[in-house]
Amino acid sequence: MAEKLHFSLVSPARELYSGAVDQVDVPGTEGDFGVLPDHAPLMAAIRTGLLGVYHEGVESFYFVQGGFADVTPAGLTVLAEKAMPLGDVDLPGIEAEIERIEKKMHELEGDAALSAAQDVEGLKTVAAIL
Amino acid sequence: MASLKELKNRIASVKSTQKITKAMQMVAAAKLRKAQDAAERSRPYSDRMAAVIANLAGSMTGSGDAPQLLVGNGQEETHLLIVATADRGLCGGFNGNIVRAAREEIVRLTRAGKTVKIYSIGKKGYDALSRLYGDKIVKRISLKEEKVITAGIAQRIGAEVTEMFENGEFDVAKLIYSQFENVMTQVPQVKTLIPAMAAIPDGEDEAPMGPDLNGAIYTYEPDEAGILKVLLPRNLNTQIFAALLENVAGEMGSKMTAMDNATRNAGDMIDKLSLQFNRTRQAQITSELIEIISGAEAL
Repeated sequence: MAEKLHFSLVSPARELYSGAVDQVDVPGTEGDFGVLPDHAPLMAAIRTGLLGVYHEGVESFYFVQGGFADVTPAGLTVLAEKAMPLGDVDLPGIEAEIERIEKKMHELEGDAALSAAQDVEGLKTVAAIL
Repeated sequence: MASLKELKNRIASVKSTQKITKAMQMVAAAKLRKAQDAAERSRPYSDRMAAVIANLAGSMTGSGDAPQLLVGNGQEETHLLIVATADRGLCGGFNGNIVRAAREEIVRLTRAGKTVKIYSIGKKGYDALSRLYGDKIVKRISLKEEKVITAGIAQRIGAEVTEMFENGEFDVAKLIYSQFENVMTQVPQVKTLIPAMAAIPDGEDEAPMGPDLNGAIYTYEPDEAGILKVLLPRNLNTQIFAALLENVAGEMGSKMTAMDNATRNAGDMIDKLSLQFNRTRQAQITSELIEIISGAEAL
């Protein structure tokens, strides 16, 4: 597989990744999906979770929270509200976040409750890995 | 003519002023580097965001259920001007230029018979605008307490603006801030935030358009409307965030230039005063000598 996927991960604060990779696994709101080179154009909202980047047999993970993935013939761009390498995530911060959302959760209804539940789930997955 | 003592005091006071301006210049220079980095790092995000919106907007136009944040609510009676300035002065014409741009916009809109509301970010802008348009200011905040501009601050402002829009408090929102070009130039900008559509350049411009899909059709997950519903408020936050960062960089650049000038002026002033001091001293010595000599001759 000679062809590479051009991938860039940007958060409002900075550009975290930009370069050619083999595959990227993106946590979408409707489910995880993998993006390979020559993927059909796609625009998807992403949920809180882990984004995996595969490049030459090495995988690296990023923690992402809210945002969008935009697949075009030019490559994949992930615009994340919050993004950081998994190694930089601090566990107490995540646990505090889970608690905060869970406290708020029963006040929410409909879509908001759903996305809050998704947030908690994503955060818990991350916490479990750490 | 001023006495020697007075001159000496003045020289001392100008010298201490020079020390202060010099220190301020160096502080501004150090902060500028950081602020400039932050502003530049945020650009890819906001640029991409703009491209994505342009892309989506292209496919949404024509359909009746386009969100109001994108196409507006069909009116343009009440305009909300979000004026972002610095919280501190002593930065040359930086705040003045933004306020002037805001004032021109206000005059233009009132002449056209529109209602204007002002959301003021930063103390200096509020001070200047409250004198003339105090009754139009609906909200003001100061970022003085914030050491660094974080996305959270922009989010808070964005959420407030969105809420005001949903409550029908205004029809069009414009953001007035200063774009950082380089240390010498900051250009005041008036940017339309709501409707987001207005910010998208026409197809004929060379500005970023949607990417070339080679005829393929975008898949949306969830659907377009669902994505736009989350994307548009985020875009608002991003635009505000980017503007705040540009402002900080601009403020520091402008402050650096202003303080550099002030330091140089103080230097000139010290030279002039020292010259005057020396001349006065010389004149005094000369007159004392004359007195002694003429006294000796009289004997």
